[in-house]
Amino acid sequence: MKIGALREIMPGEARVAMTPVSAQDIRKLGHTCLIETGAGEDSGFSDAAYRAAGVEIVPDAATLVAEADVIVKVRPPEPEEAALLREGQTLISFFYPSSNSELLEQARATGASVIAMDMVPRISRAQKMDALSSMANIAGYRAVIEAGANFGRFFTGQVTAAGKVPPAQVLIVGAGVAGLAAIGTAVSLGAVVHAFDVRPEVAEQIESMGASFVFLEFEAAQDGAATGGYAAPSSPEFREKQLAKFRELAPQMDIVITTALIPGRPAPVLWTRDMVEAMKPGSVIIDLAAERGGNCEATVPNEKFVTPNGVTVVGYTDFPSRMAAQASTLYSTNIRHMLTDLTPGKDGVLLHNMEDDVIRGATVAHHGEVTWPPPPPKIQAIASAVAKPKPRELTPSERREQETLAFKGETRRQVGMLVAGTVVLGLIGLVAPASFMSHFIVFALACFVGFQVIWSVSHSLHTPLMAVTNAISGIVILGALLQVGSGSWLIVFLAAISILIATINIVGGFLVTRRMLAMFQRS
Amino acid sequence: MSIGLVGAAYVAAAILFILSLGGLSGQESAKRAVWYGIAGMALAVLATVFGPDVDNLWVVILMVAVGSVLGAMVAQRVQMTEMPQLVAALHSFVGLAAVLIGFNGHLEMGRVAALTPEAREGLTGFAAVLAHKTPVEVNIFLVELFLGVFIGAVTFTGSIVAFGKLAGRMDGKATKLPGGHMLNLGAAVFSLLMLVLYVSTGWFIWLFLMTLAALFIGYHLVMGIGGADMPVVVSMLNSYSGWAAAAIGFTLSNDLLIVTGALVGSSGAILSYIMCRAMNRSFVSVILGGFGATTGPAMEITGEQVAIDSDGVAALLDDAQSVVIIPGYGMAVAQAQQSVSELTKRLRAQGKTVRFAIHPVAGRLPGHMNVLLAEAKVPYDIVMEMDEINEDFPHTDVAIVIGSNDIVNPAAQEDPNSPIAGMPVLEVWKAKHVIVSKRGQGTGYSGIENPLFFKENTRMFYGDAKKSLDELLPKLVA
Repeated sequence: MKIGALREIMPGEARVAMTPVSAQDIRKLGHTCLIETGAGEDSGFSDAAYRAAGVEIVPDAATLVAEADVIVKVRPPEPEEAALLREGQTLISFFYPSSNSELLEQARATGASVIAMDMVPRISRAQKMDALSSMANIAGYRAVIEAGANFGRFFTGQVTAAGKVPPAQVLIVGAGVAGLAAIGTAVSLGAVVHAFDVRPEVAEQIESMGASFVFLEFEAAQDGAATGGYAAPSSPEFREKQLAKFRELAPQMDIVITTALIPGRPAPVLWTRDMVEAMKPGSVIIDLAAERGGNCEATVPNEKFVTPNGVTVVGYTDFPSRMAAQASTLYSTNIRHMLTDLTPGKDGVLLHNMEDDVIRGATVAHHGEVTWPPPPPKIQAIASAVAKPKPRELTPSERREQETLAFKGETRRQVGMLVAGTVVLGLIGLVAPASFMSHFIVFALACFVGFQVIWSVSHSLHTPLMAVTNAISGIVILGALLQVGSGSWLIVFLAAISILIATINIVGGFLVTRRMLAMFQRS
Repeated sequence: MSIGLVGAAYVAAAILFILSLGGLSGQESAKRAVWYGIAGMALAVLATVFGPDVDNLWVVILMVAVGSVLGAMVAQRVQMTEMPQLVAALHSFVGLAAVLIGFNGHLEMGRVAALTPEAREGLTGFAAVLAHKTPVEVNIFLVELFLGVFIGAVTFTGSIVAFGKLAGRMDGKATKLPGGHMLNLGAAVFSLLMLVLYVSTGWFIWLFLMTLAALFIGYHLVMGIGGADMPVVVSMLNSYSGWAAAAIGFTLSNDLLIVTGALVGSSGAILSYIMCRAMNRSFVSVILGGFGATTGPAMEITGEQVAIDSDGVAALLDDAQSVVIIPGYGMAVAQAQQSVSELTKRLRAQGKTVRFAIHPVAGRLPGHMNVLLAEAKVPYDIVMEMDEINEDFPHTDVAIVIGSNDIVNPAAQEDPNSPIAGMPVLEVWKAKHVIVSKRGQGTGYSGIENPLFFKENTRMFYGDAKKSLDELLPKLVA
């Protein structure tokens, strides 16, 4: 099959869907590759580089579409491009079918199959072709770089001979892929990063990237796992709380990067005009959701401007394209993985398997029919989080009550044991002679002392404890010493043996303990 | 030395012993504590030797001298990995001494009884004490003596078997004679019968027969306990040796013996209790040997064990920021503690966080691993207990399991039918990567399959722990 990459005709779009490297990999699948001349120019890939990779250069789009069986590109096709498609052809690109219904209808009418890279389901197996994530990753990185370029100070706090510089305070709203990438970049530049997301389960991810999670006191937090890892619209009460928190944070933040998107809806407004006004002059807002209306009320899509109070608001919609070389490399790899899945035999024959969850999910038009929206995937995207019961915070009075109860229980147990012990001692005392009782009391006290003392011995010292107690149990030597003065030779002999082995025990035990303890040292 | 002075010395010795045990609560104070113990023992022995009741001083001096030399030699020669068997062997000495002293007590009693009343007045020392006993006191004396010999005999053979198992000279598996615990019970009932006969007649034959029965109980009891339960057995025998000393103290009316015996006895009992709790098992079930009956089939284990070579381990360690090492008996067997220490040093030099996680029953002796690591000069402040470190595993990059098995077995938490279900374990599988250094694919001491080895994030680093680590060390980025 012939795989052809079109040059992007949208103004300002610098990415390309095929790179010389990805072309080589695609050819290994048994396909041949075509590319429209100049398609890679803006990403830094010359026609010569493609030719060297074995790609045939085609002079214009019409010829390419006519020749190729599979068309790959980045942006959704313009109507004039879609018009060139024919039956049996396959188009792979971003498509956004929910907002491009006319385009979808046009593509369907041509009879071509359309695979939308933005519809690849979020399951583990499909991660390698998840172009949204690779683009979001770049957008997040670029957002921080863009913010840095427009921010007049350091990110990292410094104490220099010329004075002290406070670290930049960065707030990231929405911790999806872009948000997390932004957190990572900002943290590594040395900023103090705060991040917020409506899905409480990402708090751990946020903290793992080195930012602090902006905690919101709210009960019914939503579980993002149920919606395939994406955020869902939140309740008005939750929104109110959220905005109040942002209002509180606004004056302290130097850089705000908003990345909040809800699939299939305009971006939620999270950074209102009054928050922008509350920010310090020189602060920067980067709105990664600008294309969908923007998270910030002040955002003007595709533009950068400075508000009257000196806050720079950046509403670019082409962050990935601003890093075209990187974006093209990643995107073309995603495309190549999609082609690998479409060519299971590695024999250059395309097999559009509509039973496959990933291919089925991404296909929006097939054999003259609209196949969007897809049925839910057979495999659940993310295991839903197991709800952990939180231990209830006790009020002071309850805690006091519990303590009193525990104290009472303890007292009752101890008194009970004391009474029982006294009764047992008394019973023994009834029958036993006084000489036995005096020894017995000593015995009972020693047991008691032993119990009290041993509980506090630290775990790591249990072996030395055994060695010491073992050495000390050599005290039986006293018995032998007392007997050795007997008049009978047999008794003297047995006592002598006892002294011998007890001495070995004592000396050996103590020396070994000392050896052991001498080894314990602090780092 | 007068009796009063001896008594004072005994009080001082008893206090020193208590301070000695109490001082073991911390590593630093422990170094002082052992000196308290030595001082207490020296004081007790000297006070007794130069007290009013001792004769045949030359025998004492000769025996103490020979014993000291032998003891010192043992203490110098023993490898730290051999600690468990040494402690077990030393326990058997206490048991044997208790038996002999008990026999002596009987013999002395017979000798005193044979004397005329006038001759009795001329007696000194132990014999004099015996000579002044009333008939009731004599009966009590016989019971005490009998108990001392019984506990001593159980301790003696039990410790010898424990020594044999720990030293690898006997099969570590739990083996029982036909009849099992009924035999032990029978022997115990027989001993009780002997006690009645002995107290009523005072004949040596009953004492002797009971001794044989007790020797059998000690042997058979410990034979029936598997190697994995040895930490409990050793501390239990430690406790017995204490009670034997206390019983001897009663027969000799010596308060210091009673106090010290009781201290040792109760400390061993608590230690056994702590060990049992760490394994989530009752003391009785450990003593009765083997694991309790399971209630259903064990969970199926799916997946396969994936091997890794030293290059792979080195690469994982290079990328890791935090590493936790979980040593077990396998490290002791392979004598790998020095290599582990070297590994720790190198990783720490690279700025990585390295910590050790010690399960309460790792090894064959309570605190076994701590001693080995200390020997290899691993600083003790990076050696953590289970409870201290279990929560940190999810934030750990690499967990290295060296020769431990049951204590990292997730079946304890995941499979209610597992024989070790409910036993607290180190949750190593929550770490990002787990490397298991292990000799082969076999099961651990308990014979239970370990699902950890089949987990996705687990890699098996096969081979003798020391050899594998020595192979790994040069590959780490210096």
